[in-house]
Amino acid sequence: MPPAITYDPRKHVGVHAERVSHVSSTNYPGHYPNEDHSWDLERFKKGLTVKIERLSSRSIEFDLVGVDASIANAYRRILLAEVPTICIERVYVWDNTSVVVDEVLAQRIGLVPLNVDPALMDIKQTQNDQATDRNTLVFRLQVACERRKNAPKDTTDPNKLYTNYEVLSSHFNWVPQGEQEIVMADNPPAPTNPNIVLTKLRPGQAVDMELHAVKGVGKDHAKFCPVATASYRLLPLVILNPKKPVPPELAEKFQKCFSPGVIRVDPRTKAVSVDNKKTRMETMSREVYRHPDFEGCVQLARVRDHFLFSIESEGFYPPQRLLPEAIAVMRAKIATIKRAAETLLNNGDNVGDIEMADA
Amino acid sequence: MNQPGQQTAHAGSGSFIPAPRQDMEYICADCGAKNEIKSREPIRCRECGHRIMYKKRTKRMVQFEAR
Repeated sequence: MPPAITYDPRKHVGVHAERVSHVSSTNYPGHYPNEDHSWDLERFKKGLTVKIERLSSRSIEFDLVGVDASIANAYRRILLAEVPTICIERVYVWDNTSVVVDEVLAQRIGLVPLNVDPALMDIKQTQNDQATDRNTLVFRLQVACERRKNAPKDTTDPNKLYTNYEVLSSHFNWVPQGEQEIVMADNPPAPTNPNIVLTKLRPGQAVDMELHAVKGVGKDHAKFCPVATASYRLLPLVILNPKKPVPPELAEKFQKCFSPGVIRVDPRTKAVSVDNKKTRMETMSREVYRHPDFEGCVQLARVRDHFLFSIESEGFYPPQRLLPEAIAVMRAKIATIKRAAETLLNNGDNVGDIEMADA
Repeated sequence: MNQPGQQTAHAGSGSFIPAPRQDMEYICADCGAKNEIKSREPIRCRECGHRIMYKKRTKRMVQFEAR
């Protein structure tokens, strides 16, 4: 595995006081004379690194090093728009006397993330496809609010006065259809968070609904998005100029121009150095460029092919599974293109219309 | 869904006699009590005397898209 930070000025996006420079990548054939930059699998493998920096139950931060921005961006966009999840899509209302009107309540219910593995379900080909046990999950939501008989007189706490004063996501009751009872036995479908308030009730009010959940993708509706956020930024770099060291009496001032921890000052010699493990925390405020004392001492840059991904999972997928899922979607897309290209190649003479999957 | 033991009252001697139907319950706008409204009787809540009534919501199924 290559070191986390490789010093290669060709890969640096220059960050100057009022502009950025060298934004585009240059590692393509014909840019540097007498250098071979044709794409090579072995060289790509050598440069590629994925390193997890932080992992929690709901989020992940990892470094993706050695790929072009187009690839990193493709994964980000696939995470947002094309990794499928399960969400409630149809709401059948028999009764809703709560203050929230049917349309709004249905929309709120649709946004509730469910803990269902999308691999267990098929996607409906058209919106009005026949609902089967393979493509639809059924939930019942039956909640009625009533006065508690033995409630203390002096209280104003609705929890003590009434039963079911809130409709919560935990009130969804899964109704297994067909083979679902067996297939989903070890992980019964339910909302990932049982405490989402959907509406509030008062005595005499009730909600009675049937909810149908289907598989879908984020580009269809944001509720199907498996991530809360998926973003990346480029690794910041602070490059000290060895020819013009920072004056020892200004070392502390220099340190304060950067995010805490990025610059180390030797307690004895007052020599400054960059903590390479912490440069990723630099905010790139460019404060250092404002002080004439430090002119020429330092150059800020970003590494063009070092992506610091940050993904927050919401819904079924554990955060570490999201990138592999995005890669699987990407590979499926490539397979489709490959098949289409091969058809084009083989029937080059009698080209008819080529059947393409919905893009 | 006719409930036995409850007869629909028909006052008057009109020639038109509608089929026996479900009692229509209304909700008092003031106290929320259930009320029946019969013809030729003042519209008035039995509990509080309020004169405004709400019709109950239909129990028929309505379909929505969660979007």
